[in-house]
Amino acid sequence: MATRQGQALGRLAVAPAVAALAAWSIVPLALAIYYAFLHYQLDNPDNTFFAGWSNFYYFVTDPFFAKDLFNTVALVLLVLAITIAGGVLLAILLDRPMWGQGIVRVMVISPFFIMPTVSALVWKNLMMHPVYGFFAHVWRAFGLTPVDWFASIPLLSVGIIVGWQWLPFATLILLTALQSLDLEQKDAAQMDGAGTVDFFRHITLPHLMRPITVVILIETIFLLNVFAEIKVTSVGGLAGNLTYLVFSQLNDANDVGEAAAGGLIAVVLANLVSAFLVRIVGRNLEA
Amino acid sequence: MARRESLAKKSAWTLVAWAIGFVMFFPIFWTGIAAFKSEADAYSLPRTWLTSPWTLENFAIVQARSNYLQYVFNTTVIAVLSTLLGLAFAIPAAWGMAFQPETKPSVNLSGKAWALILLFFFAVTAAIALSVGWRMTDNPLLGLALILLFGLPIAAWVWTRRTGDKLLWMLSTKMMPPAGALIPIYLIFNRNGLVFRQWGGVDLGDWNLIDTFAGMVPLMMLLNLPIVIWMLYTYFKEIPFEILEAARMDGAGLWQELSKVLAPMAVPGIASTLLLNVILSWNEAFWTLNLTNKNAAPLSFFISEYSSPEGQFWAKLSAASLMAIAPIMVLGWFSQRQLVRGLTFGAVK
Amino acid sequence: MGSIQLKGVRKDFGTVAVIKGVDLDIKDGEFVVFVGPSGCGKSTLLRLIAGLEDATGGQVLIDGKDVTEVGPSERGLAMVFQSYALYPHMSVRKNIAFPLMMAKTPKDQIDAKVAKAAATLNLGDYLDRRPGQLSGGQRQRVAIGRAIVRDPTAFLFDEPLSNLDAALRVQMRVEIGELHGQLKKTMIYVTHDQVEAMTMADKIVVLDKGAVAQVGSPLTLYNKPDNLFVARFIGSPTMNVLSGAAAAKRGAASIGVRPEHVDVSTTAGEWKAKVRLAEHLGSDTFVHADVEGAGQMTVRREGEAALHAGDTIYLTPQEPRVHRFDAAGLRVA
Repeated sequence: MATRQGQALGRLAVAPAVAALAAWSIVPLALAIYYAFLHYQLDNPDNTFFAGWSNFYYFVTDPFFAKDLFNTVALVLLVLAITIAGGVLLAILLDRPMWGQGIVRVMVISPFFIMPTVSALVWKNLMMHPVYGFFAHVWRAFGLTPVDWFASIPLLSVGIIVGWQWLPFATLILLTALQSLDLEQKDAAQMDGAGTVDFFRHITLPHLMRPITVVILIETIFLLNVFAEIKVTSVGGLAGNLTYLVFSQLNDANDVGEAAAGGLIAVVLANLVSAFLVRIVGRNLEA
Repeated sequence: MARRESLAKKSAWTLVAWAIGFVMFFPIFWTGIAAFKSEADAYSLPRTWLTSPWTLENFAIVQARSNYLQYVFNTTVIAVLSTLLGLAFAIPAAWGMAFQPETKPSVNLSGKAWALILLFFFAVTAAIALSVGWRMTDNPLLGLALILLFGLPIAAWVWTRRTGDKLLWMLSTKMMPPAGALIPIYLIFNRNGLVFRQWGGVDLGDWNLIDTFAGMVPLMMLLNLPIVIWMLYTYFKEIPFEILEAARMDGAGLWQELSKVLAPMAVPGIASTLLLNVILSWNEAFWTLNLTNKNAAPLSFFISEYSSPEGQFWAKLSAASLMAIAPIMVLGWFSQRQLVRGLTFGAVK
Repeated sequence: MGSIQLKGVRKDFGTVAVIKGVDLDIKDGEFVVFVGPSGCGKSTLLRLIAGLEDATGGQVLIDGKDVTEVGPSERGLAMVFQSYALYPHMSVRKNIAFPLMMAKTPKDQIDAKVAKAAATLNLGDYLDRRPGQLSGGQRQRVAIGRAIVRDPTAFLFDEPLSNLDAALRVQMRVEIGELHGQLKKTMIYVTHDQVEAMTMADKIVVLDKGAVAQVGSPLTLYNKPDNLFVARFIGSPTMNVLSGAAAAKRGAASIGVRPEHVDVSTTAGEWKAKVRLAEHLGSDTFVHADVEGAGQMTVRREGEAALHAGDTIYLTPQEPRVHRFDAAGLRVA
């Protein structure tokens, strides 16, 4: 459709963005591959040489690697569980007629707009501090011993913080999807004698399957890369993930080569996940 | 009878919803309370939050001790400039893709052929790099040439794709984990990436983008560019092409078509995109923590300083946090729908 | 002036030929209708004339000047789109004034021309509304108003009535016809509706799969269709086409006879048939009948005919009105 001149103009208009993003995706990748095979330490740059696969070997055999790989996956799954289950419930709740729906909605979605460093520190101190935190007070009020969250259950603690931040996202998307549910379908289901539970199982849940997939896939991209919450709450040693391990290789060990090798492993992991995402979002794009 | 029953039901739902809403909001609410208490009272908040005296001193102290406004300024500069820069790239791109879509690849090669071409170029690149001992430290020009050799076939592949595939590729750049890009970007920012200090006799030892706006603004722009393009694209897609054609028939030239017809219709979409991008970059906390520490450090970095044990002042942390989140939270409330659309790449509207 | 010539115009989308070489001569002041089934290329042909698509081959001439390489904004044509394509952010007044503003017409002239167009189209009361606040028919008028103010060389209409309901469509059809009478400008009108084509056109261009099937006045197409495609496409109900013995007897591969050109008798005739369904419209009666050895035929009787399902009837074609076609579907003289 349209003219050759228009087509040419269209390509010209797209060119700067494609060039910028191509540079942004290719140059770091090329350099990461270069460094990953290079023995290169920031504190001794003169002793730099081709290192073969040794950086990968050292990164993978690092005692933290297996643990942090597990943490990476566990954190993603934990937060997904919190946000999907909570999101479906909250969305259905917010879809009900009530007074002050707008205000409730604002309260529920607010955590999403809090910068990660703020939510991490507020939770770590004001909420989860083992002596002065809000939870400690509540526990004591019930005669229980307060939990030392970040010392005893660090991964779960980080999961709660990140889950709190992402629950609004899931809620908002599922609510948007729910509101597009055809009202006539509700009427028809009622005419057919479907009860609340039947309606949820046979109409609501299937209708939400697509947005749930979208939520899972998009959250996964971000959750694989949780960083600020781990760094700021200082649980990197206990509940670090791959992103954090790469950071500490650079920051603490000054080892560019090994950090780059770790980064490439993170890239591979993310690509495995995103292969699914591109396919599904792509299908929605065509529809 | 029925009406009363539904009233009771509505009241019950209202109660439950408000309770859950308050639980979700509680940490923010609590931060808001602590911000107005003295340091000592902040630690016994659950027992004394209604009775202890209120104070504004925290806000004054935060500003006086750490030049808080400087961080606000830095955050704003990065967020606004990166957004405007991003729009400069994204508006033409989204226009081109929405209104002049390419439905076929402009070069017709099979996937297998492309894979072979890419593989060939990678192998050549690796062979050359290995033959010089994999060290580009002494030979920056060779290093740049090798990056080009590695990148050009990939860029060529992208460039010849049809519009739908280009969009998906843009999306895929968003999936590049920051951990993978951290090392190269860090080294590009403070020592040219290829780790050389001289280039043709020019001393580049002072090259530094770390902790500068010149580094952070383009970086933030690139981070969010895929989302910005996608979001604008979905908005532009909703504008019927016939209207632009009508303008052409009415004698409008390209510039008039864009400024008098497209722009006024696109303004709401552009505004929403702008808003979302400001929110995203305001809250960004990977690159800011890794690449800034003072001159271009935004609020997310500033708050993270409170994590050190010697920085544990709850009331001041709360005051600083409240100031850091309030403006963006309010913006966020107004952009709920756009947020859904932008973050799901248009899959949910 | 407003004559338009197409010389061997072709349009390919990739490897698919959408317009396969069209030659056409449109005289100044003519009302020409492009008609054909969906996908026949009629809209593409209109867009090629407009300049919204560029031709893969051939030439477009306006008043004898080759405009093939000229952009749509400089061809001096006006177009009314199927979706009306009104500018949603402008008032009706501004919508109509837009082409004049683009042409840098002085303000007082714009006001005068807009007022005149609004009066012609009964839009006076709506000038300050937005298109979103108007009904379908009103939007249609605004789109026409936008086209007439700039006094174009020719008007192009792309299925302008297809989004209106039936009653409004008839009314707008009449109004567009009257407009042509007043303005005496060349108009090219695209539709898939053969009734619109028959009632409005001075000249009809029937398109089939990207090629011209026949060009002629409405009655020429009705009385002397060049081929089976045109024969079937023009006229409602559709022409009956019979092959086999009935055709062979008349020296043709197939024959066509319109439903209104068949005589019906209850006693004797060429073909014995059984009524399957009779549709009584009051003014007409449409009889669908199964003809022994020849399949189904539709017959039109004026007024009320006392025929009902199950009746046995005899059908005889009016011989001068029988159209004969050869094996390739072309008319046999």
